[in-house]
Amino acid sequence: MSDVPILLEMRSITKEFPGVKALSDVNLVVRAGEIHAICGENGAGKSTLMKVLSGVYPYGTYDGQIIYQGAETRFSDIRSSENAGIVIIHQELALIPDMSIAENIFLGNEPRKRGAIDWKSANRMALDLMARVGLQEDPDTLIKDIGVGKQQLVEIAKAFAKDVKLLILDEPTAALNEADSRHLLDLLRGFRSRGITSIMISHKLNEIEAIADQITILRDGRTVETLDVKADGADEDRIVRGMVGRELSSRFPDHTPKIGEVFFEVRDWNVRHPISAERQVCKNESFVVRRGEIVGFAGLMGAGRTELAMSVFGRSYGVYESGTIIKDGKEIVLKSVADAIAHGLAYVSEDRKAIGLNLLDDIKASTVAAKLSKISHHGVLDEVAEYKAAEAYRKELRTKAPTVDESVSKLSGGNQQKVVLAKWMFTDPDLLILDEPTRGIDVGAKYEIYGIIQRLADQGKGVVVISSELPELIGLCDRIYTVFEGTITGEIARQDADPETLMKQMTSTKKMQTR
Amino acid sequence: MSRLKDLQKNLFGGTTSNARQFGMIFTLVAIIVLFQILTDGLTLRSDNLIALFNQNSYILILAIGMLMVIVAGHIDLSVGSIAAFTGILVAKSMAEWSLPWPVAILFGLAIGAIIGAWQGFWVAYIGVPAFIVTLAGMLLFRGGNQFIGNANTIPVPEGFRVIGSGFLPEAGPDTGYNNLTLLLGLAACVAVVWREFQARKTRREMDADPAPMWVSVLRMAVMVGAIVFASLRFASGRVGTSFPVSGIILVALILIYSFYTRNTAGGRHIYAVGGNSRAAELSGVKLKRVNFFVMMNMAVLAALAGMIFVARSAASGPQDGNGWELDAIAAVFIGGAAVAGGIGTISGSIVGGLVMAVLNNGLQLLGVGTDRVQIIKGLVLLLAVAIDVYNKSQGRFSVIGSITRSFRRDTPTPPTSSSDAEREPARTAVSG
Repeated sequence: MSDVPILLEMRSITKEFPGVKALSDVNLVVRAGEIHAICGENGAGKSTLMKVLSGVYPYGTYDGQIIYQGAETRFSDIRSSENAGIVIIHQELALIPDMSIAENIFLGNEPRKRGAIDWKSANRMALDLMARVGLQEDPDTLIKDIGVGKQQLVEIAKAFAKDVKLLILDEPTAALNEADSRHLLDLLRGFRSRGITSIMISHKLNEIEAIADQITILRDGRTVETLDVKADGADEDRIVRGMVGRELSSRFPDHTPKIGEVFFEVRDWNVRHPISAERQVCKNESFVVRRGEIVGFAGLMGAGRTELAMSVFGRSYGVYESGTIIKDGKEIVLKSVADAIAHGLAYVSEDRKAIGLNLLDDIKASTVAAKLSKISHHGVLDEVAEYKAAEAYRKELRTKAPTVDESVSKLSGGNQQKVVLAKWMFTDPDLLILDEPTRGIDVGAKYEIYGIIQRLADQGKGVVVISSELPELIGLCDRIYTVFEGTITGEIARQDADPETLMKQMTSTKKMQTR
Repeated sequence: MSRLKDLQKNLFGGTTSNARQFGMIFTLVAIIVLFQILTDGLTLRSDNLIALFNQNSYILILAIGMLMVIVAGHIDLSVGSIAAFTGILVAKSMAEWSLPWPVAILFGLAIGAIIGAWQGFWVAYIGVPAFIVTLAGMLLFRGGNQFIGNANTIPVPEGFRVIGSGFLPEAGPDTGYNNLTLLLGLAACVAVVWREFQARKTRREMDADPAPMWVSVLRMAVMVGAIVFASLRFASGRVGTSFPVSGIILVALILIYSFYTRNTAGGRHIYAVGGNSRAAELSGVKLKRVNFFVMMNMAVLAALAGMIFVARSAASGPQDGNGWELDAIAAVFIGGAAVAGGIGTISGSIVGGLVMAVLNNGLQLLGVGTDRVQIIKGLVLLLAVAIDVYNKSQGRFSVIGSITRSFRRDTPTPPTSSSDAEREPARTAVSG
């Protein structure tokens, strides 16, 4: 491979955000005509690297050099990188649902004749482009009327309309079913034979193993290694080792679990996607939680962990299909969030700013928001009781704020998260579901949050932790379920949990029981 | 200096909206003083004050409902038409079906509730944006009014007119004043003092230092002074006039709804929905129920406002309530509510409404034509909101915050005041 000319070289790229070093000294060499995969855990810096490459972060906002087609390039925006033939296709498709295929393909790039759009030649060219990606549809069909797989093809056709030399695909198969994925991978192989270079970011290691020529692995914003699939014989195990090969230090408070009997159980849980009803988001999922136990849910982005948690929490996500919830030996039916709270469930959401907190509120009001009945008599709020409750939690969780009258929007991420935890602890739950409880929180605050979680478990509550950080799950949880594409693929006890095993089960449909 | 800081901390410390409310009260006082001078004392004369209340009570009643609608993140364009529709039906019920007037009032409120349920259904349960639902309602009920009334005017009987143009009756010994009005003023003074001490007690229970005594005394003195002044003015008007009945209805509604929005779980839910509807839903708030309630409540208040207007003008006509929705919405936004929802207070909206009312009245007294009055009102609305938006984007607090900034010697300490002290400016608005 080394005799093939280099198309792109990114040299010691460093990108800093306020307080975080997203990329440090990353190197990437892509040769012409290959399929180059980039692997790494969530937050390893893959997307940031691609944003640097495509000019989303323009020249000057990062350190390092980008050498493309033999010359150093300095992209000022996406348009300039597209003009150079670098096109990125994001995980969330950038198509307009109410426009036709042809309109979408030429959006922002419309063929013109005397100032007006020349639809005749646009449709003709669209048909030509669609043939190249193997899409058989009428170019006048609306995007919303075709499936996700075909939409992905439209995106690629759109890239070809811009005369692409380097195609970047971010999780191209994440939303696709098996058949569509296979078709897409075949298409990429076809491009390779025609000399088009592709960079592919994917969590699906089996696909990478099957299709990639070279694999660059990122971890914590650094390049770990670049593997040649044929020469190095890189298989899934080898990739996983590269991705997670990090020492687990004592980032967790010491804790001896006091685990009791099973008190909460979900059986055969089936949920459909709220909009596209043919997509099943939870497929026959079953799990149990014991008193005093911290149960982890591992899985990649889009595996359906949040969806599972929210659908259990009073059907606040998707369309419930079937499944039962059993608490303390009795079946319970939770049709609304209010029901769920009344039955002692609490859900701390993944995105605290968007759906976890009302940022207009102060700490007091946020703390009591999920159970106003506790501080009111006949619907009339008791301000003193509200203040005292909020103040007690502020002290207990050591939330850094001058008073509980402080607006939550002024708090740091870690302290906001403590307010959210206080809000749900205030509801006296038996089962707490914590979705990415430490996302965007600095290390010190993480340690404190872990301590709070352990204390809650010690009080005999069941705690479910959803996290994309494997070390966090391994360090914190007594038992871990792995989820892949809406299916629980494994259940691993603490002593057996290591990143390789988890990663393997998180990325494959094979159902394993290692207990 | 420290006294000034105390005052500042306890009077306008706290959140942006409270500070803005204080700014509005400041503006209101400034406008009143300005017109008092420009009109040679006409503005604060008894008959003008009474007229001011009579002419604006129905707009202020609408502003109460509109505040809740806007806080929940919606808007209601149909209130004027609902008022007119209710007005004509109630007038007709008394004229043609000879319903006794108290029954007719209940009938009118029921109509408001039915219309509100209709609009609330579309907004809350079907998910049609309130803008559309109430735009439709605006056409629907305006047309309904003219259809039912044949675009004619229907007079209403004497008894019914009390709610629009009635006054507190004369009672007791001849003091040269209206005794009941004085009594009402006295009750308000007692209430103000009682609340102040209640607030101090609450603060102590929250382990916080209450405001310095002299601040409390000053605050009470200002409010009691305002109430005494207003009572004497209202009580000393032309014989047969005093504090208007519509004003009593308004004050009662302000007190009830202020309490509801501030001190009850239901009120808190409205703010939660407007602040972040998804977060509210995930905290167990019944979103649909809240949305339904605010729309329905608005329609009931619109019906009440319509009846008061009909009572005042002694007849229901096809042009009743034209443009009311805009006055009510303007009052709410001038009073500090956020367009995106989640922020705003009843008292703020009332002050906002009063600013518009005094402006309107003062300009009319000066003989400015309605054309120019409208231009000025439009500019005031734009300016009031623009100043606030600008200040927020500058990371500043409010107009008042920036005025008083120059007095600060040391770095501002985080406000240690409790919510009760922060809400003090709001209370001034209620009583004044």
